[in-house]
Amino acid sequence: MSSAVTSGVAIAANPWLAQPARIAAITQEVAGVATYHLRFVDPEVNAAYRFRAGQFNMIYLPGVGEVAIGVSTGGVRTGGVAGPTPRTDAAAAEGPTWDHTVRVAGQVTTALSRLGAGGTLGLRGPYGSVWPLDEFVGKDVLLVAGGTGLASLRSAIYELLNNRDRYASVRLLYGARSPDTLLYASEYPAWIDAGMEIQTTVDRAAAGWTGPVGVVPQLQSRLRPWAPERTAMICCGPEVMIRFAVRAALVRGLNERQIWVSMERNMQCAVGLCGHCQLGPQMICKTGPVVRLDAIEPYLAVEGL
Amino acid sequence: MADQAATCEAFAAELPRWIAKGDFQSLIDRLWELGYRVIGPTIIQSAIGYDELRRVDELPRGWTEQQSAGSYRLVQRSDGAWFGFNVGPHSWKRYLFPPQSVVARAERQGDWWQLHDVPDDEPAFAFLGVRACELAAIAIQDRVFLNEHHTDPTYQRRRERALLIAVNCTQAAPTCFCTSMGTGPQCSAGFDLAITETADGFTLEVGSERGAAVIEGLPIRQATADESAVAETERARAEEQISKRLDTTDIRNLLLGNLDHARWDDVARRCLSCTNCTLVCPTCFCHSVTDVTALDDGSIDRVRQWDSCFNAQFSYIHGGVIRADVRARYRQWLTHKLASWIDQFETSGCVGCGRCITWCPVGIDLTEEVAAIREVPS
Repeated sequence: MSSAVTSGVAIAANPWLAQPARIAAITQEVAGVATYHLRFVDPEVNAAYRFRAGQFNMIYLPGVGEVAIGVSTGGVRTGGVAGPTPRTDAAAAEGPTWDHTVRVAGQVTTALSRLGAGGTLGLRGPYGSVWPLDEFVGKDVLLVAGGTGLASLRSAIYELLNNRDRYASVRLLYGARSPDTLLYASEYPAWIDAGMEIQTTVDRAAAGWTGPVGVVPQLQSRLRPWAPERTAMICCGPEVMIRFAVRAALVRGLNERQIWVSMERNMQCAVGLCGHCQLGPQMICKTGPVVRLDAIEPYLAVEGL
Repeated sequence: MADQAATCEAFAAELPRWIAKGDFQSLIDRLWELGYRVIGPTIIQSAIGYDELRRVDELPRGWTEQQSAGSYRLVQRSDGAWFGFNVGPHSWKRYLFPPQSVVARAERQGDWWQLHDVPDDEPAFAFLGVRACELAAIAIQDRVFLNEHHTDPTYQRRRERALLIAVNCTQAAPTCFCTSMGTGPQCSAGFDLAITETADGFTLEVGSERGAAVIEGLPIRQATADESAVAETERARAEEQISKRLDTTDIRNLLLGNLDHARWDDVARRCLSCTNCTLVCPTCFCHSVTDVTALDDGSIDRVRQWDSCFNAQFSYIHGGVIRADVRARYRQWLTHKLASWIDQFETSGCVGCGRCITWCPVGIDLTEEVAAIREVPS
């Protein structure tokens, strides 16, 4: 009769078991922002890992906590536009790294910034939705980014440029606070060579800056040539910047089904369970971070949602 | 759990059985013999809560409660009924989704911490006294914790082994509105056994094979027609007493279409953001996971703890919080519970148990908040 108490059903896997990963190298990007090139300690895990542009991982520092960070590039590249590879040849032989660009902001990212190359941390993922790049074939692809938000677009940039002939045009409009906070600036020449048009703007100019001063929507309003019917826009940045960039795009004739944004919320479990990352009906870790505008448009302008 | 509902229907055709009050202890004894940890209603800190139960005299026999917005008082009954009350501050959530649990443990291994499972050694539960609204709440949490996107191992293990013995309500509190939510008061599915109390004993329905196996050989006989009729009268009384209503017509669009309604400002002036409503709610599932470092062996537990959208830090992102004021937090709770829950889990998050009304220290009644928005939509 004790069979009444036992169940033959297999219990689901525990999502909380982050895998050990090592910091293969660190690239200091701009003040307070660094890219961590991570490799899973277990070579089999590292070889099997896959992600798609737009997704994120949870980075775990024991005793401190976890933080959600988008995968900014990674994997093995065969031809095309090479990603930044500051690693030594010896390190490259150990397999691909998975790169995470992190701005020091809270407890976990502060603790992470104190780890050097060779340091270990926990990694689980990938989680979340992807930039739907396959839907953009034949279109003018417009990337709009603000500040560290460019990190969420970077893996999409490499994928677009490695398949550049599939798209009519690939253009990036990017705004930062000042010229010295423009992220990945050393990579722009390679992006331009690969067929991307880049326009940058800053809130505050500095000596030697000859570009525009102002916010990204101003670049959007001046963008030529402009064919709204065949344009797809992807956008990431501070939420207030996203709101204005979206408004500028709608004003110029895009509709809500031509715009995708990557949203940021407090993500703890990353599996749609803890409830922290909600934005209206969305659980951003599950149905986001990349969402098409029509799914969140009624909620984007609501303060404190 | 769909199987369980189907099985319940298959058993529903059977005639009710009967167990005398004098024999009820044998059911509890049988559950313990089978290895179940029996949890049932008992008086805890001047309220009826759920705790381990070994003897019938631990039940709140002869007690009931008076509930209203912001108020709960135990009072004695004249009839000595065993289950003559409705719901208290506890729900079965605290056993299936414990307030605190360890989701993983990190142990030092060389220059890294290896994360591993911490086995849940909790024996199978037998819940004695699950109300219709609570069966509905468990079914809602099943959708949250056991869906195609994610299955929570702790919840899954506890849920699949739990035996549910339902009790039909024979009275209703002024805070009850299960009829508006379509969840009660009668238990119709999702139980292994269901009982209805009468003066001398209980009519008993079997809802599953597991329930049938549990009562095998116990002093249980077919109920007489009179006994069944008395039980039916008792159940009908509960339904008659329900006075509170929540109009759920197009409620999702009503609330999500009124995110800037003046009523949010009004309720924010009353709400203390104390989190009581979310803690007593049988479906609220939001939680946080934090690291707790052991002082002895240097291991680290990743501890999952109930959290609440009423906590300011709940919506923290890098240096700020998204829902900085009470208006935004109350709106998050109510719109999630009654509206966006439908998008996320294809069901309302509310079962009409009224706990959030009773245990709100300032007596905020969500049915009144919704009615105010419905009266003058923005």
